[in-house]
Amino acid sequence: MNCQGVLREISDYIDGELELSIKQELERHLEHCEDCKMVVDQTRLTVDVFCDSKPVELPGEVKSRLHDALRRKLNEKALRRPS
Amino acid sequence: MLCATFIQAKVRMRPPIGLPKPLSAPNPHRLSSTVARDDEHLLVAAAKRGDTHAFEELVNRYEAKIFRLTMNITRNHEDAEDAMQDAFLKSYAHLKDFQEDSRFYTWLVRIAANEALMRLRKRRPNQFSLDEPIEGDEDLMPRELEDWGPSPEQRFAQTEMHEILSEVIDKLEPDFRVVFVLRDVEELSTEETAKVLGISVPAVKSRLLRARLKLRQKLNHYFRQGGTN
Repeated sequence: MNCQGVLREISDYIDGELELSIKQELERHLEHCEDCKMVVDQTRLTVDVFCDSKPVELPGEVKSRLHDALRRKLNEKALRRPS
Repeated sequence: MLCATFIQAKVRMRPPIGLPKPLSAPNPHRLSSTVARDDEHLLVAAAKRGDTHAFEELVNRYEAKIFRLTMNITRNHEDAEDAMQDAFLKSYAHLKDFQEDSRFYTWLVRIAANEALMRLRKRRPNQFSLDEPIEGDEDLMPRELEDWGPSPEQRFAQTEMHEILSEVIDKLEPDFRVVFVLRDVEELSTEETAKVLGISVPAVKSRLLRARLKLRQKLNHYFRQGGTN
């Protein structure tokens, strides 16, 4: 496998979805290609930093508007429900 | 700088520098099931029986994540808020149709992603298309390759990392961004992502590969040793 081949398979490799024979071929290439190894490691880190990102709390006014709309909907439904 | 408040990086523990670590070993991502807490199905069942407090608890639990998703897709505050609100209202209206063959959160993500995509298409009718085939490998070659040092995650404060991630994802083309967000931020499976976007699994994989490489390239500007902070 050459460098272009590694780039084509990098996503499946990171996700652990490569067939064993292709994975072994790719890893043999990484053993002697520092550039590809760097790209693989940095791409994995790229995914990791986004994957590990956590949402910040909802801005107060956005939360209020959401819950107001929700309560209106919940009340509407409750009123329609036969008692 | 746009929307720097919606992605926040979590500082993670890394192996000590100097110790060998399997840098290039596969590390399959966690499944979306890790997102949901164990009692989610109880809340859903109660909400289906008409318990409004149970549904409000589900909203409280997921509102920040759903807003991050709609913000990441639309990159427009007003659209993101509308999409989030409509997603919760629709999920409530159609709760009885939820078959519980997946997590409630995954179902909610599908609804919210569709709401956000609808608004993105409306706002950028000529700039967003998932129908265009992607051909050729030329753009895969990294233009810049520099050492990032031992751990960029520990070099930046949480808010700084948060701004960096927001800035780089904002610069990614929408058709790559939505695939990346669903697959790598929301952790949907490739198949689920394909289903939400109405494209094939190979099309998801092709866009995901390019999105990841493009983001690596953009992060290189911030993460390279001695680079722009």
